[in-house]
Amino acid sequence: MQTKRMTFPGRWLPYALLAPQVIITLIFFIWPAGKAMYQSLLREDAFGLRTTFVGLENFARLFRDGDYLNSLSVTAIFAVGTTLISMSVALLLASTVNRMIHSRSAYTTLLVWPYAIAPAIAGVLWWFIFNPSIGIVPYLLDMVGYNWNHRTSGNDAMLLVVLAAAWKQISYNFLFFLAGMQSIPQSLIEAAAIDGASPMKRFWTIIFPLLTPTTFFLMVVNVVYAMFDTFGIIHATTQGGPSQATNTLVYKVYADGFIGLNLGSSAAQSVILMVIVILLTVVQFRFIERRVNY
Amino acid sequence: MASITLEGLKKTYAGSVDAVKGVDLTIEDGEFVVLVGPSGCGKSTLLRMVAGLETITEGTLKIGDRVVNQLEPAERDIAMVFQNYALYPHMTVYNNLAYGLKNRGFKKDEIEKRVRIAAKMLEIEDFLERKPRKLSGGQRQRVAMGRALVREPAAFLFDEPLSNLDAKLRVQMRVEIKQLQRRLKTTSLYVTHDQLEAMTLGDRLVVLNAGQIEQVGTPMEIYARPATMFVAGFIGSPAMNMVPVEYLHARGANGLLDNLPEGTDIVGIRPDDMHLAPPEGTHLIVESTLQLFEAAGAESHLYVNLADSDQPTVIRVSGQPPVAEGETLRFYVTRDALHPFNSATGKRTGD
Amino acid sequence: MVENRPWANMFAHTILIIGVALVVFPVYIAIVASTHGPGEFLRGTLPLLPGPHAIDNYKAMWNTGLSRAGAPPAGQMLWNSFVMAMAITIGKLSISLLSAFAIVYFRFRFRMFFFWIIFITLMLPVEVRIIPTFQVVADLKMLNSFAGLSIPLIASATATFLFRQFFMTVPEEMLEAARVDGAGPLKFFKDILLPLSITNIAALFVIMFIYGWNQYLWPLLITTDPDYYTIVMGIQRMTTAADGDPQWHLVMAAVVMAALPPVLVVLFMQRLFVKGLTETEK
Repeated sequence: MQTKRMTFPGRWLPYALLAPQVIITLIFFIWPAGKAMYQSLLREDAFGLRTTFVGLENFARLFRDGDYLNSLSVTAIFAVGTTLISMSVALLLASTVNRMIHSRSAYTTLLVWPYAIAPAIAGVLWWFIFNPSIGIVPYLLDMVGYNWNHRTSGNDAMLLVVLAAAWKQISYNFLFFLAGMQSIPQSLIEAAAIDGASPMKRFWTIIFPLLTPTTFFLMVVNVVYAMFDTFGIIHATTQGGPSQATNTLVYKVYADGFIGLNLGSSAAQSVILMVIVILLTVVQFRFIERRVNY
Repeated sequence: MASITLEGLKKTYAGSVDAVKGVDLTIEDGEFVVLVGPSGCGKSTLLRMVAGLETITEGTLKIGDRVVNQLEPAERDIAMVFQNYALYPHMTVYNNLAYGLKNRGFKKDEIEKRVRIAAKMLEIEDFLERKPRKLSGGQRQRVAMGRALVREPAAFLFDEPLSNLDAKLRVQMRVEIKQLQRRLKTTSLYVTHDQLEAMTLGDRLVVLNAGQIEQVGTPMEIYARPATMFVAGFIGSPAMNMVPVEYLHARGANGLLDNLPEGTDIVGIRPDDMHLAPPEGTHLIVESTLQLFEAAGAESHLYVNLADSDQPTVIRVSGQPPVAEGETLRFYVTRDALHPFNSATGKRTGD
Repeated sequence: MVENRPWANMFAHTILIIGVALVVFPVYIAIVASTHGPGEFLRGTLPLLPGPHAIDNYKAMWNTGLSRAGAPPAGQMLWNSFVMAMAITIGKLSISLLSAFAIVYFRFRFRMFFFWIIFITLMLPVEVRIIPTFQVVADLKMLNSFAGLSIPLIASATATFLFRQFFMTVPEEMLEAARVDGAGPLKFFKDILLPLSITNIAALFVIMFIYGWNQYLWPLLITTDPDYYTIVMGIQRMTTAADGDPQWHLVMAAVVMAALPPVLVVLFMQRLFVKGLTETEK
């Protein structure tokens, strides 16, 4: 890794400059992560009085546990649903905004602010408009004969959290798609226009293929977002229910460890999540390297 | 004010690339010395070693009587003008000039006085409150000079300071730098790859090639008696033509080549020393075919191939002679226009 | 480019207006709900137009909160959120600037090792190590304190990388000129590097502030004392109570107050926000 051609001489200064960040990282990141790995190999009895070393037993149990397997598939559905919805809406909006000249910045302003809303708040907002007794959407759905109730229907609950999570992420995807489109040289679009391609055709044959790097990048980011940053949405609304229909991995770590006080299992789940994050980070970085050279 | 002495200065980078291979040089107090050479010859590295921006692998560097090898740039009492000016973009021109003085703990009124004097000298008084971004290239260049001036250092170091300017401004600034240095008599070391800049600015030139000194001398010494084929080709534009002695013998040399120094197997001829009309006294006659005619206003360049040889050769004549491309041309060269070299050593053989 | 397709433009505007409407809709409903009295919610469906009780609701929320739900006054929670967000933001920026400066402008032993330690924080979000981090903070007696709310979240590989990248683009001559001018490392950092980084700092400030303000899981874990509740996590306490009990007008007033500060930051500093967002992901 590079430094400047010329550097400062300094025996202790660089270490002093790094110290705050490194100390905080060691205490609040590395140490707890190590602790999670250690705890994932232990089991505590119900009263927390005795701990025994159980090896990989906690992991083995997880993969035999129907609830955990269910949580895996819930997380997959949630992540894919959120990514798909928010990315396609964002792509539609970004490509439409991109053709505007005078109103581009006005529309952009109107579309970007939801990024600033906390996931938990986004959850509460959608929870409220879908509220079975007073919400506006169930009222409308009732008119077409659908009886919405996310308190009893797992599918309804899943759809609700997906919508809330996707809604909040649209602005992020929108900004990146828009930036990606604006970095496509105007001359390419002009050449295609002279070659007789209609706007629709220009989008699918020129713009969309050139956006591929952005699209892949956003897919990874959205999956990471859906897996790890949406705890607030689940916790503030469905709390994993009804009957575990929205119990994502991150929520389950919290619920098993903090409410269920099953430390060994929660720690083992943490370790699995770390592996997933590491894999996703590697994918992301591999990919970013390529994106730069594209 | 001080002299600068370089004794066996060497720079070796990790990976054992020798950028500077042992340079001995003394720059007298008040002298303006130009380091000139092609890119990658080590001239900038050498300057940066004097400045303290590069460490010295081997050798001794003295400014005045002080050995400064281990001193920080700020402790060497030098000031530097950078190629891209390196003005602090967030500071006004005034603060750019004052920063070095502030760091050295000068009093406020002394700083004020020095900045005003320098600004006046460089005619940048009107821009003192502006940020560098709002200045033209030429004005930035002056600010960069001003930053060096206010320090009143023992030596100025210039690292290709004019290469980012357009041709016209470059000539103008060249003249101003020369006048300024004459007035202040501050020892100066100036790096450039432009041989014309080097010729016009320097009291003495140091021609560098591949990390070594090829020749040191006044501009006219170097032009009139290049010590090596490299210097001969590098100083002077268009470059000196090199013609094998054997070729000239075969074309009938009139006995003119008989008293060339021993070991001479190639001679250099400046493009201006090849005449289209026969001069007085004994001379060589060489035939050639005109490939390309380039009219440059007051003078013309004739690109020719020597007869029975593919050797490209350039002739410079004043005005615009009535010649056509494809025509056979005869040109004449006198004995004193020949620079004798040995092609194996690359060195001048005598004269 | 000449494009003569009036209907295409109409169509595009229609799509965008629908899009904006969908994005705004949930928030609009929240604002409307926060202007009605409790009676409106007993009647069944939610009104779609604002009512007359806005001032009463916001005042009640600001001053007293939902005491039945165990939530303190919103005014206090907003203050807690602000303190936490500022502490996280300033903390993250400071330690990241310092460590990026060390990594770019010095050569020293174990440089790569430290770089990797910082890099690893990217792979260990709080969400995946909830319990052990809680235990560490509890052992350090940092529960129910602003230090506990902010310090564990300050380490940031993203900000360090961004500054590193930016420092690498600062011309080499800037450092050389400063050294010829007699500036040491700390002087160079303060006089040259910080002023040059100011736009980047501002852009990251916007992003980090939003990040800090929107923290949810962390305050939920380490605050049991309502004096330290932040607004975003406090709302969850209210909704659980409100769901069975129509206090929605007050909850929505709190929701609007919780969302407003970061949304205003984005709207008023949009350029910095966009810069911060796109650069942190590079």
